[in-house]
Amino acid sequence: MSTLFLLLILLFGFLITFQIAKASEYVGVLKGEKKNFEQNNKVNGFLMIAFLVAGLIGVYYCNELYRGKILGESASVHGEQIDTMMYITIAITGVVFVITQILLFWFAYKYQYSEKRKAMYFPHDNRLEVVWTVVPAIALTVLVGFGLFYWFRITGDAPANANQVEVTGKQFGWIFRYPGSDKVFGKKYYQNISDKDNNQLGLLWDDPSTHDDIVTSEMYIEVNQPVKLIIGSRDVIHDVGLVYFRQKMDAVPGTPTTMWFIPKFTTAEMKKKLGNPDFEYEISCDQMCGRGHYTMRGIIKVVNHEDYVLWLAKQKPNYAQVMAGDIAPAAAGTATDSTKASTMRTNPAATKLVAQKN
Amino acid sequence: MSNEAAIHPVTETSHDAHLDEHDIHHHKQSFITTYVFSQDHKMIAKQFLITGMIWAIIGGLMSVLFRLQLGYPEAHFQFLEDILGSKWAKGGQIQPEFYYALVTMHGTILVFFVLTGGLSGTFANFLIPLQCGARDMASPFLNMLSYWFFLGASVVMMSSLFVETGPASGGWTSYVPLSALGDASEGSKTGMDLWLVSMAMFVVSSLLGGLNYITTILNLRTKGMSMTRLPLTIWAILFTAILGVLSFPVLLSGFILLLFDRHGGTSFYLSDIFLTETGKALPNEGGSAILYQHLFWFLGHPEVYIIILPAMGLVSEVMSINARKPIFGYMAMVGSLFSIAILAFLVWAHHMFVTGLNPFLGSVFVLLTLLIAVPSAIKVFNWLTTLWRGNIRFTPAMLFAIGFVSTFISGGLTGIFLGNSTLDIQLHDTLFVVAHFHIVMGVSGILGMFAGIYHWFPKMYGRYMNNTLSYIHFWITFTGAYLIFWPMHYEGLAGLPRRYLDYSNWISFNQFGGLNRFISTVAMITFAVQILFVFNFFYSIFKGRRVMDKNPWGATTLEWTAPIRPGHGNWPGEIPEVHRWPYDYAKDGRDFIPQTEPLGSNESAH
Repeated sequence: MSTLFLLLILLFGFLITFQIAKASEYVGVLKGEKKNFEQNNKVNGFLMIAFLVAGLIGVYYCNELYRGKILGESASVHGEQIDTMMYITIAITGVVFVITQILLFWFAYKYQYSEKRKAMYFPHDNRLEVVWTVVPAIALTVLVGFGLFYWFRITGDAPANANQVEVTGKQFGWIFRYPGSDKVFGKKYYQNISDKDNNQLGLLWDDPSTHDDIVTSEMYIEVNQPVKLIIGSRDVIHDVGLVYFRQKMDAVPGTPTTMWFIPKFTTAEMKKKLGNPDFEYEISCDQMCGRGHYTMRGIIKVVNHEDYVLWLAKQKPNYAQVMAGDIAPAAAGTATDSTKASTMRTNPAATKLVAQKN
Repeated sequence: MSNEAAIHPVTETSHDAHLDEHDIHHHKQSFITTYVFSQDHKMIAKQFLITGMIWAIIGGLMSVLFRLQLGYPEAHFQFLEDILGSKWAKGGQIQPEFYYALVTMHGTILVFFVLTGGLSGTFANFLIPLQCGARDMASPFLNMLSYWFFLGASVVMMSSLFVETGPASGGWTSYVPLSALGDASEGSKTGMDLWLVSMAMFVVSSLLGGLNYITTILNLRTKGMSMTRLPLTIWAILFTAILGVLSFPVLLSGFILLLFDRHGGTSFYLSDIFLTETGKALPNEGGSAILYQHLFWFLGHPEVYIIILPAMGLVSEVMSINARKPIFGYMAMVGSLFSIAILAFLVWAHHMFVTGLNPFLGSVFVLLTLLIAVPSAIKVFNWLTTLWRGNIRFTPAMLFAIGFVSTFISGGLTGIFLGNSTLDIQLHDTLFVVAHFHIVMGVSGILGMFAGIYHWFPKMYGRYMNNTLSYIHFWITFTGAYLIFWPMHYEGLAGLPRRYLDYSNWISFNQFGGLNRFISTVAMITFAVQILFVFNFFYSIFKGRRVMDKNPWGATTLEWTAPIRPGHGNWPGEIPEVHRWPYDYAKDGRDFIPQTEPLGSNESAH
């Protein structure tokens, strides 16, 4: 009912607008084409300058409103470099933005039609054109220079002492693997994957270096210690998005990718810093991967060295779990699947699937 | 005379003006050949335009639906379930599959069917013969086929909305393996096949059109119309057509490989896949999912220039006419169009900085990408200088042209963020990207298209559109566009990933609920105003004020020397001869000098 009512109001609004528009057209004809045109031109000229002023105020207001909700201090060393780059870019483009927009609307206002004015015949000017070819070229050289400097630092090789974690995406969750005490990831083959047999990654048990590999559904990393992620996917393309670390890398089936960074704050420190006791470092999937894309959330706990060692020591290798006949963590619910099963809108088939698993 | 030969291949061709006229009057066209299977470029242009408008309404309506979800993720809109059924909108809430289908269709429709088919199809067809001085396109029949393939593609795409498993839902880019595996996503079943068939037909349509545009521009210009006397609209369309002809086939090849992977058991894109849904590992090994992205973006990037170049051409023309001043730096404008067209082919991998691309390769693409900012900056400064010391008439077309420059600046500048691989790490696939390309490609493209529609409407239909409605349309659309997309950049800076239908479960992303509601509300208002435009358009076709003057805007170009309602063949009698460039405004104390007027004895060419 209310929908119908809303539609009626809308229709009514259209009709009124249309009638007014039609009437104003007749009035215009009565007033004479020229006079009508001049009046309209004045109004639009004024609106140009009004838009400029309102727009610039709006931009400023937006900045004030959202400054506190974006960026914040980066939680990784690489992120600091990205932030620096961001500020340089904002500064340069900001200046260009303000100047060009002011010129555009100011010219539109200033040079609006007047009977007295004669437009100037000014088809080209080589000097001017060279100036605005060279100046942007220089500005962009600066941006490219800084950009590539940071880019190579961020994408360069990880330090030799970096901890390694393998991250594998699947519809719709994350699986993590630690190499265990031998520091070597054992061999795996996707045909061996079996959620039923608790071999989510398809590890090859024939390879002894798989025997100490730890597979988890939560990721722990050490603060102030470089960590290298080896990223892959079991099915479609996903993306490991780490917003507080300012990092992102696709998870591509069949093609491993890597990323490394140094976390600066533990989760506990971030909780205090942001004043949010619920804070967690989240992994968001940033590449469209199907119906559960928006719920594909992972958690990273950043802890100090002692807690990290302790946590690792407590984990049972995947091989040992399988040999002991433990129930697969994946079958123990959808903890890695989504944020909250209750808030996720599932289709009946998927709900049934979840129920069966439980 | 090849022009006549093109229209009446059987008739004996003759230079005799009298015969020409005789010819035109003698051909009684039936309703079918005039309005349906027309080979007249003007009618084909109108067909493209109106089909494009219908698509724009559908695509826009889809965005309203998913903005409803984004703005009010918790709300239940019963009417949605009533209309869409309980599969897509259970309990009045848009289901994830449907949400993704909506964004996918919205993107596909707006990018291809509205801003490529609708924009290029309309103005290339309408303006090339009229502004070059030709009777029709080089091949009117292929031109007609181009429209019918476009309509065929439209019908197939539309029908995919009604299949049981829903339309394609892997995003307008349809990345593999998601789009290759029906078991990975509902939309990758029948919907995806229809999507691919429709897109293949679209590619055929755009190749037929593009080859025609290029041939016509190169071969059928009237006497005296050298390339450097062409209006910038034609230059822009020429480069657009070349881009399309060279890059669409690559897209098609990518799609064919995808079809093989889907149905032929090949492994071009597939490797190492285990599907959780079925619990089975696929046999495919050795394919590269990234290969698809290369093939896609090899078109996908030129595609954004296919959208924006015609808009630039239209805006340049409209701006010069209404500032009563020559476009500043004609040759620089052509040169920058040319360099944008070249660079468009060399930057595709900037969409792939975080796919695991070799960082060195990435750095090359950073350099080439940011290089595009130079010709873009030249164009912006030239437009600004065109306004400077002009005598500006704010016709609706002019308002849209000025709006275009504003949004092109805003969106272009955020492109400098995204083209920089270092910043792309943070911004990739966030709402920043969404805001960027909507402003620079979506909004600018559509503003340019509106400028064109308002400006050439009198030539198309011999009537004017209602001015007051046009002004309302412009100011609300322009303001609305900024209100929607400006704040969205902040969401992107905060890292909000795109293609999420609900952020409320995320600790990192749940701080923008109020803003999302605001954006959704503005989007609905802006959409409503577009309906007003559509109404104005159709009403004015039949009831608008009649055009009494052959040249209502005081323009120099050839189309305004043709009759108010030109027949097939455009000019009765001889095609006018051209003696000067198209931007002689305010020269020698005269308001404007048509291209057809010979140079005075002591007058110098520009």
